[in-house]
Amino acid sequence: MATKPRTLYDKIWDAHVVDQRDDGTCLIYIDRHLVHEVTSPQAFEGLRVAGRKVRRPDLTLAVPDHNLPTTARVDAAGSRLPIADVESAQQLAALESNAPSFGIKYIGATDREQGIVHVVGPEQGFSLPGTTIVCGDSHTACHGGIGALAFGIGTSEVEHVLATQTLQLKQSKTMEIRVEGTLGFGVSPKDVILAIIGKIGAAGGTGYVIEYTGSVFRDMSVEGRLTVSNMSIEGGARAGLVAPDDKTFAYLKGRPMAPKGEQWDQAVAYWRSLATDPGATYDKVVTLDAADIAPSLTWGTSPEDVVPITGVVPDPMSFADPSKQAAAQKSLDYMGLVPGQRMQDIEVQHIFIGSCTNSRIEDLRAAAAVAKGRKVAANIKQALVVPGSGLVKAQAESEGLDKIFIEAGFEWREPGCSMCLAMNPDKVPPGERCASTSNRNFVGRQGPGSRTHLVSPAMAAAAAVTGRLTDVRELMA
Amino acid sequence: MKAVNKVDGRAFPLGLKNVDTDVIIPAHYLKTISRIGLGKGAFETIRAQPGNVFDDPEYAGAPIIIAGDNFGCGSSREHAAWALNDMGVEAVIAPSFSDIFSGNAFKNGIVTVVLPQEAVDRLLEVAKTDPIHIDLENKVVTTPYQDRFAFEIDDFRRNCLMNGLDEIGLTLANADRISAHERTLAQSQPWLVPVAA
Repeated sequence: MATKPRTLYDKIWDAHVVDQRDDGTCLIYIDRHLVHEVTSPQAFEGLRVAGRKVRRPDLTLAVPDHNLPTTARVDAAGSRLPIADVESAQQLAALESNAPSFGIKYIGATDREQGIVHVVGPEQGFSLPGTTIVCGDSHTACHGGIGALAFGIGTSEVEHVLATQTLQLKQSKTMEIRVEGTLGFGVSPKDVILAIIGKIGAAGGTGYVIEYTGSVFRDMSVEGRLTVSNMSIEGGARAGLVAPDDKTFAYLKGRPMAPKGEQWDQAVAYWRSLATDPGATYDKVVTLDAADIAPSLTWGTSPEDVVPITGVVPDPMSFADPSKQAAAQKSLDYMGLVPGQRMQDIEVQHIFIGSCTNSRIEDLRAAAAVAKGRKVAANIKQALVVPGSGLVKAQAESEGLDKIFIEAGFEWREPGCSMCLAMNPDKVPPGERCASTSNRNFVGRQGPGSRTHLVSPAMAAAAAVTGRLTDVRELMA
Repeated sequence: MKAVNKVDGRAFPLGLKNVDTDVIIPAHYLKTISRIGLGKGAFETIRAQPGNVFDDPEYAGAPIIIAGDNFGCGSSREHAAWALNDMGVEAVIAPSFSDIFSGNAFKNGIVTVVLPQEAVDRLLEVAKTDPIHIDLENKVVTTPYQDRFAFEIDDFRRNCLMNGLDEIGLTLANADRISAHERTLAQSQPWLVPVAA
């Protein structure tokens, strides 16, 4: 009997069903669990209170990232520097003691492999195609870039996974987002995902897992796919997926925790079988033409508020939905913008190049290519470059990228979440404006009163050297 | 977990769309290592505005929030649910919720009620002057004015909410099946046990 054609999502889901209840809820096995300091303390506390242990510490990896300052972590003598914020220090200390006491591998603040969990997972070969990956962080969707079913969970679920290595889940609907064609000059993976969210809306993917298909994603680097999948959650989808292919395998081969030898060959054969079968159908299909995607950015306080850099701040009354009109007006008041203003005339005071969305080596190369031989504009108060991991930092330094940034007037920092979310000392002050390669332009996200414009790394570098939001293509001749 | 059968009382008529979890509880409150006390930071940016519903004495101690589409979008922080718990909110009514938030709410005994926009609009109006009644057993929201809005909720979740069941305990009762799955995986996908780096 021929089996029904299945999507990549269906195949991964089916392979992880431990049990199914009558109402369709499944007990799903979790292959990989990443743990950071913010969403885990209460989970470990819950285990202790109930006298439970971690079922599979070998499938769990702990890395601090959100709270860590991105300034030097050791003094000249190599001793660890204390963390000034008492609550941050307490949360970091909790992870540092919880991980070993539950038998979990811990990559610490001063280890060279430390970084943002979503950069570290693929980089270490801990994240693998065809696996289920969870973390108490919504940007876990990132790992879908290598073909893993990866999604964010809350702390109760973190505790559930620690105790049982499973989650109670209902199968999601599937959405294919197909982008065919060739991306234009100066258009990056970040622009692609911003354009997608602009099209489907911040809730467009709610209830769905997205599979990104089409020539644009086939031609895209693994780093670029991680950027795209990372922001699936900003379109409402809990997870994104890109089918694993030769690029994925080349990216993972030889990574410290990736399979080796005969097991590697066995794994690759299995991963190849995961691609969506011809004839399989999705619950929803959205298509975009690559030629229509320009370098893009956000104007408001929702990631769906996207315009091309050549565009203007929209008039709230131009939206059909009355509640969107009101929301847009609120956004503009918060952002200090007026309808009709050209995006390229908007001055910024801060630049942030980093975050789990855009802190990999390719991102830093793209930003450095624009920064090279130029200077950060006089009106920029702070321009940060924060590599996603110690290994990315080392790689960038071996290529001389750090020198390019420092000579241009950027600060070259230690790895961490940094200015993405205002939990560590890197913040945008009230009323000031930031061109940021991060993933959320929410009210107060980069600090109380902060104003965020989401952009690609090259666009952030362009804004840094001109002091205003800028069409990077003009600097790329 | 506390069992919940009905939620009865005044409701904050918030009405906003896309209320993200950064709005429900800003990141600088996430440094706690406990689940309690987050109510003080709940909706901080909204409460900074004069005349906001959360500081209006009319709604003091209301156990219900009525909001627009996509409530709880953004970050997966369960602190959002803990903050609502801490401020005494037992239910949220909206046309849609983010998937992660509704899971977190459920795990903390908060009822998420999905109703069409027209029903939400009507409830926003009633909430200004009167209490709202959510009956989980009969899956219906009512008002003192004969309004009656039926809603759907997953039977498993409803059962857990009404009986205050601990999900981890329920799953661990299935430990044999989990072990069987692990034995199968060890055969079919041996590479899944990570190489010790």
